[in-house]
Amino acid sequence: MSCWETIIDYGLRSQGIGERLLPRNDFTLCQQFTLIGSGMIWNVYFGLIALCTGFFMATAVALGKAAQSAWIRKPAEWFIFIFRGSPLFIQFFFAYFLFLSLKAQYPVFSPLTSAWAGALVVLFLNTAAYSAEIFYGALQSIPKGEIEAADAYGLSGWSRFRRVIWPTMLRLAWPAYTNEAIFLFHATTLVFFSGFPALQQRGDALYYANYFADKTFNPFIPYPILAGYFILLTLVVIGVFGLVNTRLNRHLPQERRKRLKIKPQVIR
Amino acid sequence: MPPHPTRLVNFIFSYCTDPASLEGLQWLSCYLTTGKHMSMYYAFGTVLLLLAITAPVALAFGFGGASAARSHFAPLRWFGKAYIAIVRGIPDIAFFLFFVIALDQGFEFIRHKIKCPDWQEPVRQGNDFVVCTAAKLPLGNAPQWVHETYGFALAVLTFAIVFGAFAANVLFGAMRAVPHGQLETAEAYGMSRRQTFWRILVPQMWVYALPGLSNLWMVLIKATPLLFLLGVEDIVYWARELGGSKQPQFTDYPHPDWRMWYFLALLVFYLAFTKVSEVVLDRIMARLTHGQATAAGEAQRKAAA
Repeated sequence: MSCWETIIDYGLRSQGIGERLLPRNDFTLCQQFTLIGSGMIWNVYFGLIALCTGFFMATAVALGKAAQSAWIRKPAEWFIFIFRGSPLFIQFFFAYFLFLSLKAQYPVFSPLTSAWAGALVVLFLNTAAYSAEIFYGALQSIPKGEIEAADAYGLSGWSRFRRVIWPTMLRLAWPAYTNEAIFLFHATTLVFFSGFPALQQRGDALYYANYFADKTFNPFIPYPILAGYFILLTLVVIGVFGLVNTRLNRHLPQERRKRLKIKPQVIR
Repeated sequence: MPPHPTRLVNFIFSYCTDPASLEGLQWLSCYLTTGKHMSMYYAFGTVLLLLAITAPVALAFGFGGASAARSHFAPLRWFGKAYIAIVRGIPDIAFFLFFVIALDQGFEFIRHKIKCPDWQEPVRQGNDFVVCTAAKLPLGNAPQWVHETYGFALAVLTFAIVFGAFAANVLFGAMRAVPHGQLETAEAYGMSRRQTFWRILVPQMWVYALPGLSNLWMVLIKATPLLFLLGVEDIVYWARELGGSKQPQFTDYPHPDWRMWYFLALLVFYLAFTKVSEVVLDRIMARLTHGQATAAGEAQRKAAA
């Protein structure tokens, strides 16, 4: 079987399209590359959607934590504490079994017991909490002069937020937020190891890498392939976030622009 | 004659002899003190043990990695830099899953080479990894506790390697943060490179490393549930095991699916653990900052005055 046929058979296997049975023996390199790459669809799906939706909630929670009223501040603080203070792995498990028992009572919740929705909700809340802490830190370090200048121009309320506070907050938070994005993508590999079932063996990249390592007793091929895919993904994230960073800093003189610095901020 | 073998075990509370007659809190107190629950409480000890062993070992690995990355001997420097760099682009869970098998096979391979030098066949035969019987780890006839200890030791080593890379990153940064003038002064005093490293650089770097290391400690706490993925019977294992619905035929304490509550308990455990760590680390930091010529030290002085 040529490699091209393998790609047609297994390229979209993680979405349930193509050949049903996974290879059982005589694993070729091509099969491993194709299936693990196919699994990456899930990692990108979880990471991308959680990031895009989590961004807005993070902004709201960060503003909530910076609010004067304790009625708004306390819930925001607790939200951040709960999701940052406990392991994502346990959050996944808890959420899965919570959704299971909800489903038993109200059938409306049944999509949440499958990974595409349930794990996404957890990742969304989790990244919202981590990003909110980053945004809150940035809110605290907005130069006083910029807010005073906004007041002097007669800006207030929404327009002051939209035109002055929010762009500055993003600009200051962006390097840390890039890190958060990278490690969110890494965290998506936990999904299928934490309760959420991989229906009909439709799993993510790590799921397939683990499958091959289990079947061949040889971890030295599938895991480096997985690592290669993730390094590529990380480079793409750094590239895209770098473009946004340039745009956020475009009004600054060259030497004051903040460069992106990638620091490992590991497991959640 | 007791109708069920599990009733022969000792009970913490005397009223637990007949679970069917119990109600409410009494039932719960008996339920939570069954033998299997005791195993779960021991598993919390396993987590603490893992932390207690891994933290210093990972710190040592990190120190080695950071020193290697500063080495003037190029291959050693490359090794150190590569060790630090591996954690940047690749999910850590992949490392956990990888190292457990890779280390196991590595150890067996080395033992195989030593113990069975006349073995002709290749070690990798298709989809199998075959070593001679004497090289098996642990030996096939070893008792259960040896298997468990070996599994746990592999897990500790895996954690130490992965977290050693993170610690190396922190320490490497801290070594670079020590003012360069200090090192130049040491050189001017005629100290050798080795003396400068041990007497000047190492004592001064800890202040710079502490924020990063405390962050790492929090991350390490939150990584402990991954023990489950490494095949250790840890709290996640027991929470799934004990929480699953139990039929009256098989147990004295039948209940529906309670896994949600077990994982809620784990969640609370971890929240409490991280909170306590945070408070303690803040105190240590305040103690270390006291009297230092840093912004935080200055703030402390002003607050006291």
